[in-house]
Amino acid sequence: MPFIPHTEADVSAMLASIGAPSTDALFDEIPADLNCGGLPGIPEGLSEMHVSRLMQGRAAQDGFYSNFIGAGAYEHHIPAAVWAIVTRGEFYSAYTPYQAEASQGTLQLLYEYQTMMASLTGLDVSNASLYDGASALAEAVLMAVRANKAGVRRVLVPATVHPRYLAVTRTTVKNQDIELVTVPFDKATGLTDLAALDALVGAEANQFAALVIPQPNFFGALEPVDALTDWAHAHNMLAIAVVNPLALALLKPPGQWGEKGADICVGDGQPLGVPMSSGGPYFGFMTARQTLVRQMPGRIVGRTVDLDGKPGFALTLQAREQHIRRSKATSNICTNQGLLVTAATIHMSLLGPEGLKNVALESHAKTRALVEKLLTVPGVEKVFNAPYFHEAVIRVDTPVDDVLRALRAQGILGGYALGGDYPELADCILVCATETKTDDDLDQYRQQLQRILSRRGGREPGVPPCAYK
Amino acid sequence: MLIFEHAHPGRRAHAQAPYNAPLADDLPADMLRQTPPLLPETSELDVVRHYTGLSQKNFSIDTQFYPLGSCTMKYNPRACNSLAMLPQFLNRHPLAAEETGQGFLASMYELQEMLKEVTGMAAVSMAPMAGAHGEFAGVAMIRAYHDARGDTARREIIVPDAAHGTNPATATMCGYVVKEIPTDRQGNVDLDALKAAVGPQTAGLMLTNPSTLGVFEKTIVEIQKIVHEAGGLSYYDGANLNAILGRVRPGDMGFDVIHMNLHKTFSTPHGGGGPGAGPVGVSERLQPFLPIPYVLSEREFYRWATEAEVPHSIGRMSAFGGNMGVLLRAYVYARMLGGRGMQRVAEFAALNANYLAAELKKVGFELAFPERRASHEFIVTLKKLKDETGISAMDFAKRLLDYGFHAPTTYFPMLVPECLLIEPTETESKETLDAFARAMLAVKREAESQPDLVKSAPHKLPSRRLDDGKAARELDLVWKPA
Repeated sequence: MPFIPHTEADVSAMLASIGAPSTDALFDEIPADLNCGGLPGIPEGLSEMHVSRLMQGRAAQDGFYSNFIGAGAYEHHIPAAVWAIVTRGEFYSAYTPYQAEASQGTLQLLYEYQTMMASLTGLDVSNASLYDGASALAEAVLMAVRANKAGVRRVLVPATVHPRYLAVTRTTVKNQDIELVTVPFDKATGLTDLAALDALVGAEANQFAALVIPQPNFFGALEPVDALTDWAHAHNMLAIAVVNPLALALLKPPGQWGEKGADICVGDGQPLGVPMSSGGPYFGFMTARQTLVRQMPGRIVGRTVDLDGKPGFALTLQAREQHIRRSKATSNICTNQGLLVTAATIHMSLLGPEGLKNVALESHAKTRALVEKLLTVPGVEKVFNAPYFHEAVIRVDTPVDDVLRALRAQGILGGYALGGDYPELADCILVCATETKTDDDLDQYRQQLQRILSRRGGREPGVPPCAYK
Repeated sequence: MLIFEHAHPGRRAHAQAPYNAPLADDLPADMLRQTPPLLPETSELDVVRHYTGLSQKNFSIDTQFYPLGSCTMKYNPRACNSLAMLPQFLNRHPLAAEETGQGFLASMYELQEMLKEVTGMAAVSMAPMAGAHGEFAGVAMIRAYHDARGDTARREIIVPDAAHGTNPATATMCGYVVKEIPTDRQGNVDLDALKAAVGPQTAGLMLTNPSTLGVFEKTIVEIQKIVHEAGGLSYYDGANLNAILGRVRPGDMGFDVIHMNLHKTFSTPHGGGGPGAGPVGVSERLQPFLPIPYVLSEREFYRWATEAEVPHSIGRMSAFGGNMGVLLRAYVYARMLGGRGMQRVAEFAALNANYLAAELKKVGFELAFPERRASHEFIVTLKKLKDETGISAMDFAKRLLDYGFHAPTTYFPMLVPECLLIEPTETESKETLDAFARAMLAVKREAESQPDLVKSAPHKLPSRRLDDGKAARELDLVWKPA
């Protein structure tokens, strides 16, 4: 049943006030032949109890797995307090803070969030979120093109950027005559090939508006960000950093890359207190140099004062936005991912600078331990030799799909098969472990992988029952 | 007080992070961070108290009537949240194999099918993450359709002047030129202007129906004919779908492509500005262009459509396929409502809007379109009050906050001067509407007798009127320690 409070007496009184004979009469301006007469194809409503049983059954059907997939979404511990506060009705059921005086809670939180993200990324300003990391990269590319005074509409994107991010960016910019040029990676290191960059640019100036720099890159490898940033600036391009925000508790922030620092930084905030949830809702973040603030898309909160001179917060620079500027806006974005930002702000507050760094260190240590263990299995080798953070690529001598399927049967999600995005890495798996994994979890993975690979093909029947499901 | 001002060096929420993390001695020193980020050093209780306190400075549906026109601030049932947050759903990795998520994917598939039925469209993709994102998908599909036919001279999107700002902004993002057309005195699209605007350059028309003026476009069939005969496609902005649920369907009205705002019509939370979900529906001829992923069902196995299967798709819109948790909440809501429940939603949304409009009219408020039937929302214009007392719609809105009501939407749509766009939604009771009408009248009387009181409102909130000008002039976007 819908959530409608009206009694019959209410309906009668209200219709009388309107002067309408029935609720049907309220639709008398809709041409009668358009009336669909209800929705017979939709099942009858369920009570909360019945829908609860349905959903609990479906959740149980999906079960739990021991997860070693990262590839842009990371399993981290989320303090219980985070979502207990996020789901308070005052945050959960509020709208975009247009009426600042009635939204000081959300607005102050966003200001705190902007402060945290600016500091984490080492840049001057932050917006209040975009949809996800991929769409944030797309917006950063649009922003770099807008900021380019020479009207250059080409952007360099290394093949080591998350392939889905590249795909989303393509979807977003292709109708604006913007060209994305991919840069190959070095087969030994898994890093962006600097020589290839030089070859792409050649001698002519002003060919590209920006260079995208992932850190860590999709393979978990740490790019030479200082050199890449300086290279971009030397060629009159903006440097757009795409980062895992958790990694920045440990790694050099984009604002300090190279001589001048990256100009724009984007990424997905999911590792900061947002559950994996099959892919969303997450949130995209964007920070930038002060000089680019008027080119930024999305909501931005500023601190100001009220009539009594008391500090308060309000949405600001709204002249950039669609509800004011319409067809001339910096983006069409309206609704963003406010509730997820609420989670991230509380999460970062609970962890603090040291806690966040410890999570990063522990995740990295767990991945290193996992890689070491897996490399002891005959038939497994490491693919790239560059330093990596919390994610790495291994090669197996048995078809990847078979290996991953056999691991699943043991309740283990063994990683992400790279062949779909990189045909040359068809025998490779991207693996990730976070602080949530115990040494025992790592050993389980190693043991099962050893068993599967030693069977050479992993297709033998009679695997023992699933350990986790 | 900011969270940073609660901080003390060395204080920790000890339970929340690994204690003695090992060093990352394999990482080159020049890649490491030298100074810690500016994150607060606080205890768990500090954090819980601070953010609980902040929450209490918000108006929300759970605490106040929130008649924000065009935003459909209806009650968000708690079950939708608790069931979407079952641990198996929360812990599922987006790249986990489909066989490990059949319960989740079944829910996605069924929601997709229900949205087809609700809208009368041939196919639906739930990839877009908000209304404007859905608009982008829709207009990108219009462009892909024309391009695929080699019909590349179509460079214009027609948008009525009453449209949401996202409509023209979206058309620009898709590389189109926006042509705005006026609204007639009755609040309808000006048909003569539309006829004059269409031509071989027309890619499509974007329309909200009922419009943002809170009235149904009575000539919708004729509008469609004009656009289609010119070779354009028509886009339905589903912001106001709540008004017509189970009554009339965009597909039956002849629209080629639509988006829905599940955070409006399907009651997923607005979350202080998101997340939303903006699924798109299309007619058969646009089906090949749908954004990926969407769910396919084969012999009771559910899986995502892949790039290779749909080569004409406009592509991916998010890294992992959209705001899944929002879609789960919408699914639970749809299952609780059922088909008949959905029909009642529109019926009572219309009843509440028309009742509140009638009550306000009786006490002397001027409706922008008094001779029209209100849909699920309506507009009050305060132009006369402004002329007589100097009290603007903004002043009026701020004073309503003192009475414990969130303000209606102000200054939108822009073509009605000093407007309040009021959308009560179906979940509010008659008593709440009556109390709101009384508050409206009280503020009106104050405007007439004590204008300074209204001009300086609000008086009872955590902040008095905020200085927006200063916020924009002297940008302070990031806190810096003294």
